[in-house]
Amino acid sequence: MGLVLLAVIWLITFISTYFFIAKTWWLPVGASAAAAGIDHHFTTTFILMGIVFVAAQVALGYLVWSFRDRGNPAKVSYSHGNTTLEIVWTVLTTILFVGLNLTSSSIWASERFRPAAADSVQVEVTGMQFAWYFRYPGPDGKFGATNPELEDASAGGEAALGLDTKDPASKDDVVSGVMVVPVNREIEVILRAHDVIHSFFIPQMRFKQDAVPGLAIHMHFTPIQTGEYEILCAELCGLGHYKMHGIVRVVTPEEFDKWLAAREAEKL
Amino acid sequence: MSTHESAVQAAHAHGAPQGFIRKWVFSLDHKVIGLQYYFLALVAVFVGMFLSLLMRIHLIWPTVALPLLGDIKPETYLTLVTMHGTIMVFFVLTTAPQGGFGNYFLPIQIGAPDMAFPVLNMLSFWTTLVGFIVMIAAFFVAGGAPLHGWTGYAPLSAVQSTGPGEGLGADLWIISIAIFCIGALMGALNFITTTLDMRAKGMTMMRMPLTVWAWFVTAILGLLAFGVLLSAGILLLMDRNLGTSFYVPLITVNGQLTGHKGGSPLLWQHLFWFFGHPEVYIAILPAMGLASQLLSVFSRKPIFGYKAMVYAILGIGFLGFMVWGHHMFMSGMSPYTAFAFSIMTMGIGVPSAIKTFNWLGTIWGGRIRFDSPMLFAIGFVSLFVSGGISGPFLAQPVLDIQLHDTYFVPGHFHLIMGVASIFGIFAATYYWFPKMFGRMMNESLARWHFWFSFIGTYAIFMPMHYLGMAGMPRRYSQMTEVGYLLDLIPLQKFITYAAFITIAGQLIFLVNLFWSMFKGKKAVDNPWEATTLEWTTATPPPHDNFGGHTPVVHNGPYEYGVPGAPRDYVMQTDPEIEPAH
Amino acid sequence: MASFSTTATVTDPRVALGDDGILPPALAGGSGDRPDSGLPDYATRLRRARLGLLVALTPVLMLFVSFTSAYVVRQGLPSLDPRTATLVRDWIPVTLPKLLLINTGVLVLSSVFMELARRQIRGEAVFASADSIPGVPPASESRIPWLPMTLVLGIIFLFGQWMAWRQLAASGFYVATTPSSSFVYLLTGTHAVHLLGGVLALLGAGVASLLGLSLTRRSIVVDVTAWYWHFMAGLWVYILCLLEFAS
Repeated sequence: MGLVLLAVIWLITFISTYFFIAKTWWLPVGASAAAAGIDHHFTTTFILMGIVFVAAQVALGYLVWSFRDRGNPAKVSYSHGNTTLEIVWTVLTTILFVGLNLTSSSIWASERFRPAAADSVQVEVTGMQFAWYFRYPGPDGKFGATNPELEDASAGGEAALGLDTKDPASKDDVVSGVMVVPVNREIEVILRAHDVIHSFFIPQMRFKQDAVPGLAIHMHFTPIQTGEYEILCAELCGLGHYKMHGIVRVVTPEEFDKWLAAREAEKL
Repeated sequence: MSTHESAVQAAHAHGAPQGFIRKWVFSLDHKVIGLQYYFLALVAVFVGMFLSLLMRIHLIWPTVALPLLGDIKPETYLTLVTMHGTIMVFFVLTTAPQGGFGNYFLPIQIGAPDMAFPVLNMLSFWTTLVGFIVMIAAFFVAGGAPLHGWTGYAPLSAVQSTGPGEGLGADLWIISIAIFCIGALMGALNFITTTLDMRAKGMTMMRMPLTVWAWFVTAILGLLAFGVLLSAGILLLMDRNLGTSFYVPLITVNGQLTGHKGGSPLLWQHLFWFFGHPEVYIAILPAMGLASQLLSVFSRKPIFGYKAMVYAILGIGFLGFMVWGHHMFMSGMSPYTAFAFSIMTMGIGVPSAIKTFNWLGTIWGGRIRFDSPMLFAIGFVSLFVSGGISGPFLAQPVLDIQLHDTYFVPGHFHLIMGVASIFGIFAATYYWFPKMFGRMMNESLARWHFWFSFIGTYAIFMPMHYLGMAGMPRRYSQMTEVGYLLDLIPLQKFITYAAFITIAGQLIFLVNLFWSMFKGKKAVDNPWEATTLEWTTATPPPHDNFGGHTPVVHNGPYEYGVPGAPRDYVMQTDPEIEPAH
Repeated sequence: MASFSTTATVTDPRVALGDDGILPPALAGGSGDRPDSGLPDYATRLRRARLGLLVALTPVLMLFVSFTSAYVVRQGLPSLDPRTATLVRDWIPVTLPKLLLINTGVLVLSSVFMELARRQIRGEAVFASADSIPGVPPASESRIPWLPMTLVLGIIFLFGQWMAWRQLAASGFYVATTPSSSFVYLLTGTHAVHLLGGVLALLGAGVASLLGLSLTRRSIVVDVTAWYWHFMAGLWVYILCLLEFAS
């Protein structure tokens, strides 16, 4: 039985580790400035934790086989423990765990502690059951007022947001069902929600943030690769949670300006 | 007290209850109450497993109509998710290890004739049972059971119009949990008072088995945490039914203003997780205590580092109250606060690691007997390591950005709660069955059960980590709407097939359990040659546990393989051994 | 079933039932608090009941700590006004009815009576055990009905709270009117529910006394209820201060 346990534990360990190393199902290719640092830290964590995982499981399998009762009246190694050993492995584990976390703290700080740059592109992202809407402030750089009483989700666009067209700042606001942003520019995202908590998740940008009703949460990311990327809702929001997804199109700055200008023109 | 009074009380206390109702229904005997809790958990776990089976089927075959139940709509899927989680966390993982085995064996392992407050003990079981009935009732009311997940985030859970099931079903869900809180608090009261005040002579705190330490600290966690959950539930009921705005800001649902304003959804999360994190330690600590016990018994040597193990249990309990924010890194909480919580969370990994080292140290140099309790204890260690290793990923906010609310998270917590903790319940069953029922369980069937469960659960939950890395979000009722999710369906199919097989394997356990109760081989009083007090008494133990006298303890609980002793184990009640090391 | 043997040895685990097997169990073993009836004595039962109460008060405390933290957070919490996209605070303090001060006095007085009742019945219980000793007359205890008086004051307090709620409603503050009014009802209501529990316990002790049931058991119930009552009185003062001053 000891040998069978060893074999099964080792087999499970090696098979699961194989799929991590082979990256059979893995992070999507990163497309934001933060992705490289985050992915590097993933790798560091995988290597360190992987070593601990394999070592512990291999040791467990080996020990249950090696110290099986072989029937002969051999004595056990009677011991209540070893205080030195306890101290050593406690200190080492603490250094490993806390140290690992501290090495990632600079990335966290740069992503979350500092606000968006002054010249970032602003996009207000609003989640509601079950769609994302995106609003651009237009040339005046200000977002117009919204009024919950004016909301009409069936009409889409501005009406879904309840845009108050009487507010002068609203006149140049562009509302879109697709998020379009220029590459290599910092994008400031202002997250809002109308009804319940949603979460704005762009896997390839390594970006996730809950959109909480009652709050306007400011976050930022910098796309570095043009293309189309999936946006998924990552916080249970009701029966349509699985189909609340959107698209972010990262385009060249020229295409972005053209797109925005065309949308502005439509409003006039 | 007058002599007349003491005589009346003597007759009452010494006489076992007569009649079926007094003996088996409204029993005051902690052993019967323990069995009642256990069988409640057994019903709950099969209900919970059935719900998860339906979830797995729907996820890979969303358009297939099931026999009897028909089409599973997206909201029904979410109801299954909610009720599966709630029933498993509360009525299985917080019920069987603590209410079941803790009630049965804590008094015996410390040498007491019963719990401190037997009437309260009986009430705690019946309260929990009522809670379960109310929870199940939520399925059958108009609108059905809620869809807001076991975590019940507001405003989804706080406003009745946010979705089907969020009407009366959600109210019943909250009321059920509130009733459960009361039952759990009553139980915690008993456990703590009994452990502190009713230990037999010679049973010092540092001679208590680690199972008792685990039950004791678990009860303390419950004592501090369930009151907060109750408060959160009261506020939620008020928001839902009285129009208050504790959790609900100014929102519109389906274009309609709700009349609420100014509340904070994050308040719910803080209150819920202040309970919710200690709750997961409540779910795992008894299994850790038992693993220590079994590894020692079946390696025939003392637990390595008893004191360190006690400190680790205390450390896990204490730190467990300081890490709740790691469930909220992406919630809109301040990133500075998030950083503080993440450091504390890495810290709590340390006592868990210490316990793992000590378990390995216990096996090292031993003479391992592979009886079924030991198989599950070894399985527990492997599963605990696997589930624990994914913790440091989630504990780092930078990585949590990607992994939060993906399948990586249920992969992590199922390996620990949904498997390792369950293995603790299985191990406890195989280990203590002889003492509870006077018969042995069938060892062949036990081995089949072990292999089905060990391999099967790895097959189910290890792949979830890959799904999470690839970006599969949680609580999606189907994967048909997003391009890259379609590519992950084959892996989900593998998980579903593994789930079918694993759940089928649990029927082996069920058959073994009930068959052995009536037809199992008769057991001797101490079949495992273990040293703790439950093995010194009759099988099953008499009404007052020790047949009219109180044991006196001279030794610690893990004196196996003592050099110079006449046999390879020394009971706690045997004459004191000389310290050998 | 394992049998008890006077020559129990280590080699036979089935009869290693504890102590040295020479003395009968009642005299040899036990935690020292078991006279030969095998039951714990009054002192032990009282200690155990008080320990139980201390443990039981912990979750009650946590409930109110949790409410307090929600209260503090909610007071200072800004919420997004969607119309202006700015954060606004909406805390409007509630003027508490003066009746609450009178109720506080009633509760504090009831706590005094409760303490006197506790000492009274404890004295009775202690002296009752001396009944069987010939020649020792029972001490003449005060016959003032402290327990029923506590009960009456407790009921008056609860009635007074209900009147205060009606006054609040009359001045326009219902449960959902403002966040501050929600908390007033929440905190005072939860406290009242807990105090009702204490009232029921006293009622039970009173009924048990009328029926002539066990004095020691009643004494323990009254003792534990008394400490619970004092805790509830202290908690009430805290709630009042929180609502009045932390606003």
